[in-house]
Parts: sequence; structure tokens; C-alpha cells
Amino acid sequence: MKEKDTIALTLKVWRQNGPSDKGKFETYTLNQVPVNASFLEMMDLLNEQLVGQGKSPVAFDHDCREGICGSCSMYINGRAHGTQSGTTTCQLHMRHFHDGETITIEPWRAAPFPVIRDLVVDRSAFDTIMQAGGYVSVNTGNAPDGNAVPIAKTHADEAFNAAACIGCGACVAACKNASAMLFVSAKVSQYALLPQGQPERRERVLKMVSTMDDLGFGACTNTGACEAECPKGIGVTNIARLNREYFGALLGPGD
Amino acid sequence: MILNAKIPDGALPEKWTRYRSTVRLVSPANKRKLEVIVVGTGLAGASAAASLAELGYKVKAFCFQDSPRRAHSIAAQGGINAAKNYQNDGDSVYRLFYDTIKGGDYRAREANVYRLAEVSASIIDQCVAQGVPFARDYGGLLDNRSFGGTQVSRTFYARGQTGQQLLLGAYSALNRQVARKQVQMFARHEMVDVVVIDGKARGIIARDLVTGKLERHGAHAVVLASGGYGNVFYLSTNAMGSNVTAAWKAHKRGAFFGNPCFTQIHPTCLPQSGEYQSKLTLMSESLRNDGRVWVPLRQEDAQAIREGKRTAAQLKEEERDYFLERKYPAFGNLVPRDVASRAAKEACDDGRGVNPTGLAVFLDFRDAIQRLGKDVISARYGNLFEMYEKITGDNPYEVPMKIYPAVHYTMGGLWVDYDLMTTVPGLYAIGEANFSDHGANRLGASALMQGLADGYFVLPYTIGNYLADEIHTPSIPTEHEAFAAAEARALELYQKFLSIKGSQSPERLHRNLGKIMWEYCGMARSEEGLKKALGLISDLKSSFWSDLQVGGSVNEFNPELDKAMRVADFIELGELMIRDALDRKESCGGHFRTESQTPEGEALRDDQNGNYVAAWAYQGDSVAPELHKEPLNFEIVKPTQRSYK
Repeated sequence: MKEKDTIALTLKVWRQNGPSDKGKFETYTLNQVPVNASFLEMMDLLNEQLVGQGKSPVAFDHDCREGICGSCSMYINGRAHGTQSGTTTCQLHMRHFHDGETITIEPWRAAPFPVIRDLVVDRSAFDTIMQAGGYVSVNTGNAPDGNAVPIAKTHADEAFNAAACIGCGACVAACKNASAMLFVSAKVSQYALLPQGQPERRERVLKMVSTMDDLGFGACTNTGACEAECPKGIGVTNIARLNREYFGALLGPGD
Repeated sequence: MILNAKIPDGALPEKWTRYRSTVRLVSPANKRKLEVIVVGTGLAGASAAASLAELGYKVKAFCFQDSPRRAHSIAAQGGINAAKNYQNDGDSVYRLFYDTIKGGDYRAREANVYRLAEVSASIIDQCVAQGVPFARDYGGLLDNRSFGGTQVSRTFYARGQTGQQLLLGAYSALNRQVARKQVQMFARHEMVDVVVIDGKARGIIARDLVTGKLERHGAHAVVLASGGYGNVFYLSTNAMGSNVTAAWKAHKRGAFFGNPCFTQIHPTCLPQSGEYQSKLTLMSESLRNDGRVWVPLRQEDAQAIREGKRTAAQLKEEERDYFLERKYPAFGNLVPRDVASRAAKEACDDGRGVNPTGLAVFLDFRDAIQRLGKDVISARYGNLFEMYEKITGDNPYEVPMKIYPAVHYTMGGLWVDYDLMTTVPGLYAIGEANFSDHGANRLGASALMQGLADGYFVLPYTIGNYLADEIHTPSIPTEHEAFAAAEARALELYQKFLSIKGSQSPERLHRNLGKIMWEYCGMARSEEGLKKALGLISDLKSSFWSDLQVGGSVNEFNPELDKAMRVADFIELGELMIRDALDRKESCGGHFRTESQTPEGEALRDDQNGNYVAAWAYQGDSVAPELHKEPLNFEIVKPTQRSYK
């Protein structure tokens, strides 16, 4: 490989043996990183090097490596998923870094997301929130014809935009309060915008918000870091809608 | 053993209706006492777990990811087929059935495929009711697009993220049942063995991937929805964690493996750019609706493009070879995947590839952008274009995409009967994990259809047929010696991996396996190459067991150790795939034997000798597997040479 096609990096990586370990940064040098490699492929190269030296590889979550499963979750140079907007860590490529750069890599840091090891955190709190009301109560079978209820394209598109959330948790990691409002608002918005979501609209928002609070996520103070860091462009208008849905629900049925 | 597919009697269109009306039922009071394990939470697993729980069964669901929402169905882009005929373009259950059988090159079971087409419409209704935001037209009705291998528009979609939206729908249904305590969810757990007691599947051994502890879970039936095995090729469009271990362990406990060599190579993926590459990214087939596939007509132009001396835009119309449109005028760029992939390989083998490796063809949107405008193209494919630019650094609105075929899906899988039960009583396989519906080639947008058909509308009926006999069986005791033995076997394997202390990481061994499989068992297969590959695999297996390097211990979070188990199973599977590919001397669908082709270079089937499902039985680690054949009987469709010209 030609010289200009690779870069050399200094990596400051958070290492933590388990939830109770204090954890610390370790510094590694990694040479010959191809600029066309993805960030996670760079981490693969680092791990290959560490294993070769008889050291333990850096643990990190990853799976689809095409920006849709929501597994990858690295805080890179102080930004969730790095500095490229609209990009998950797995789709961040090394051509955006320069030769000789020092890159700092940390896990999501939020009390409801305890560290399992190194860069791997436990995000099961998100599943718990979804179990509280992130669904339409419809059993399999006997659904009406898909075209029985027309849905205005604008509503369908807006619902889709909200539903595009991949549940990665970057919004929580980016928020100084570790608030999960953007995540919750995306699901609440999707259903609030669709006729199928109407029967449980009130109950859903109340249950999801109270579960979110119980799990220790913080309050929203309208900073907007979540929107800025969301790799899927979920907007804070959803949070506005969540607030409206929530207060509407508190006021009781009949809205 | 005589394979019995248990296809119901009666005319094809009446089989499923009659089956549903006469199949044995389990009363609500008894369902409460029956436990079912579902392994995998993709479209098939999540929909099955939710639907079984709604019926009242006690369900335990397992996934290796940190959340059931991350199963790899999430990455499916293009769409889901259904015979709704919303477009008034002549679609029907029969046509979807026929297209699927033909697309599969006449190597699938008619009865299963007809049932799939029959339930397809209900899937769309169910997903809409769940709040899945499908694409709609301005009148508020559901929109459709076309996919390869069909001449109607029957593909429903949600931008380029259909799999994500359908999976989140199934995940929401699953979550509802978790909240009702009808489903117990085990994330970050990997199934490492199935437990068979008195000939029946009675549970699994799972490894908690956080603590490393082995766990015993009993049930009256076990459902494998663990996906396909495309990662046997190392580089594929599958997720990094996708693996064959659950299906392979089931195979070793008696489940026959069906058509293992039937692999789908998807024509529109991003080409490989270097050795460090960990996976290949798919660009949805829907792009072929508007993108035109071409290479330079002359080798010297291709060389100039490879060397950066000319650009695609500089080539005039008459200097371009739109080879799919030229070879297949009736279907053009929308020929089935196997046909498109082979045509791209031929063009590159002919020295007309367009990237530095010589292994890429153009997928060009210039004409579509001129015809429809950038906004329309952006609305249709915006997220795909963005993804392309992120990965390659090129803007597809301005320069054509470069694509090359990559392993995407496996039509083969555990052999199942009409009930979706494997050859082990009480052990089921659904979705990509089974072999049943796609024959030798799957049509685009049919994987989502099959996964959800199996999970929502087929298994919930057919499993009752078995469980009706289990209502007197009490909860399965995990103290049984079969559980102890299976757990000990798994532990022994893990300890063995750690004790080798060699020099090769599981990753490196996996990469080497992938190279063998792609070279000799990929897009073109020959007797000579396959025989050579058997030797290479045997050497690789020896390296694995003598030179593997894994650190750490069993009882901890240890992804390298997880990977070692997966690679060990992939190596054994790879060997079986090669045996199967050797044994099937005809070409069909994605299985292209160079010895069997038409004068035009198309796959040449041999219906005299090849009209069967290969079902392989495991005989022991050092014994050759035994081949059983299930003959395929075509009552309605008459197999002909596929033609898309």
C-alpha cells in the first residue's frame, strides 16, 4: 500500500474491566492505518496488534457495520460517533483523520448505561422503556386491509422520520443530563402521527415517560446536543411533540 | 430414513386452508403449561415469539445481540413482496407463487411456496396495524416498487429501511409480550447446543455472553430462527455476529441440513477495497429500478478508467456496454440476482472491470436523473446514496456507483417439513435458518416475506400439531443427564479453544476460510476446484485445532472465545457446502457448475438427475455425512429453462 494511503495514529482508549472497576485510559500507537478503512476496521487492526502482543483486545459493541443496527457506540474525540454528522461509528472512515493524530475513544457515559467492559455498555434500559408502551396492542391475525385507512403522505413520512431511530443511545451519551427524551419522543411521535397509534396514545406516553424517569435518565433542558449527535437526524421537534403529548395526556382523555 | 415432507393432500390452492381447518389444536388451558424456546429475534424469531406468546404459550427468546432490535433483519433495505395487486397490474397469489418457484430455478417445494404467497397479503395488513410506516402515495395509499425477477410491482417498502421498520414492528409486538410476562427475553445469550431427550428436542444450552456462564433452558419445543450462514465466506453483507452455530449444533444432534451449497450472491454490493475489510455493504436491489448497469465496451477503455486516465462520463453511449439490457431485453436491469451477478463476473473476467482491482461494474443514475430530476431520485434512494458516499467518498449523483457481487443470503438451511419441523421432533427452523421456500435462488424482497410468514402465520398453527401431544408432559427438568452432558460438551470445547495457545486468531482463520469458500465455492464452481477446496479446508481445520490463539477465560466477557466457537462451526459447515456443491453436478440458480451451462453461458439444470432437495445427515466428526434426497414433484408448474430474455 502506498504511503499516502495510510496514516499513523495515537489512540487513547478507555479500558475498564467491569462495572465495578474504576477504569483508565491506555495509550496505543497504531501505524499503517488505511484511510479507506472504517473506524471499526481500525479498531480491528488495533485488536490484532494487541492480541499479537499478548494483551487483551479492546471490547466494543458492533454488528451490522452499515449504520442501521445501532450496536456501535463510541465516544470519539469528545463526540458521540465522532465528529462527522449523520454518521454512526461503523460508517465513519479513517479518511477523516490525519496522519499523526491522537484519537480519544470512550464508552457512552450515562448512569443508566453501566459499562460492561471497556467500550461496551448495557443499554437494556432502552428495551425496558419500549416494553412500557412502545407498541400498538394488536395480536397477529385479523388486521384490516392495509389500505383500509388511508394515511396522508405527510403524516406517513413524518412518522417514518421518527421511526428511523436506531436506538444506539448517542442522544443519551451526548446529553449533559443523560436524558432519553429524544429516544422516547421518536417512538411516541411515530405512533401519535399514525391512526394505528391513537387508541393507546395517552396511556403510552405516560407509561414510557414514567419508566424513563424511573430508570434514572435525566430531564431535558433543551440544549439540543441530542439532535446534533443523532446519526439518523431525529429532530428535537419530536421532543416538543412528546411534551405536548405528555401534558395532553395528563389533562386526561377527550383531547 | 425416508424423508417425509408431510405435504397435505388436495389441490395446491386448498392445501393450507384445509390444513388450518383440520390441524390439531391446543386448548388455552394447556397452552399456559407449554414452554417454547425461540432462538434469534430477527423477523422470523421476533414475530414467532410474539405470536406464540399471544396464543398463550410460555416463551423464552434468545439473541446474541445486546437487544432483540439489533438482529440482522434490521439491515434489509429494499422491501417486502405481497400479492395484493394494489397496482392493478395483474398480480395474484398464483403469480407470486410462480415467480418464486421460477426465480428459485425450480428447486423449491410447490406446497410451501404456494402457502408463502397465500399469506403474503396478511403480512402487510399485520404490519400496517402495528404502525409500520410504509411508503404511501399522495392519496394516502400504500406504494409499491418493482424488484428483480418479476414484471409486476408488488414490493412494499419504507424508504431504503424496510427491514428496520418491519423488525421494529415485530420487536414492538415482542416487547408487548415481555411486558405481559408471556415472553422471557435473554439478550447477549448464544445458543451453543440443543438438548435432545428420548429423540425429542427438550431445550438448549446457552452461554451468557456477559458472564460466560453456561445455562440450561428446558422447553416442550425449540424454534431456531438463527438466520443464515453467509459469513462462512468471511466477507459478506451479513452482520459481524451472524453465525451458523445454533443451526450447526442442531445438525450435529440429528437435524438434516438442506441444500447447503445454495448461496445467493447479490449483484449490487460495494466492491472490496483492501485486506483490512471486515464486511461488504449491500446497495439495495431497488437501485436497479432506475440505475443502469454497464462496463466499457472495449477493454482498453476499461483499463484507462482503472488507471484513472479516463472517467465514466467521458465514455460516449456507443462506447458503453449495458450488458444486462443487451443480454436480457425483457427484464433488462431487473433480471434475478444470480443472473445479474454472473453477468457482472463475466464482464470483469473479460477484462472490463472498472475499479483498480478490476472487480467492479458501473451502476449509473445519469439517465434517471435526467429523466426524473435529482429530487425524485433523492426521494427514492437518498439514504442509499448517502451511505454510498460515506463509505467510498464518491457522490453517486455525479459519478456512477461501482458495484460488485457479494455473498448476501443462504437459501440452504436446516431441512424442514411442511410444518417447519426439522428431522428432530420438536425442533423447528424458520426464516433464513431453514431451506424451504427459495429453491436455488431467492428473489429480492422475498426474505422479509418468508421470515414474517413463518413467524406470524405458519409456525403458530403448525407447532400446535406437535404440542397437542405434549399437553401431559410436565415442565422439562434441566437436571436431566442429557442437559448435563450437553453442558459438559460445550464447556469442554471452550476449554479446548483456550488450551491450544497457538498463533492464529479466530479472525485470521475465519478470513482464510472465506478465501477458500469464495474462490472455489462462490460464483462459479468446478469439480476440480471443489476437490481442491476439500483438501484446503481439511488443512485449515488442522490449523484451527493446533494453532488457534484465544486469551482470557471461559467465565467472563470474551468475544474472542465466542468467535472461536463460531469459526469452528463455520469450518465444518464449509466442508459440507463443498461436498454438496460437488454432489450436485447440475447448475441451478445461484449454484453454477462450470461443467453444466448452456451455449450462451446460462445455468443449465438437469431435471432428470437434479430434481431433489439434498438433505445431509451428520454421521460423526471423522465420518462422511450421509446424503438423503427428497424428490421434488411439480404438479402445477412445469420446470423449463429459465429465460429472462
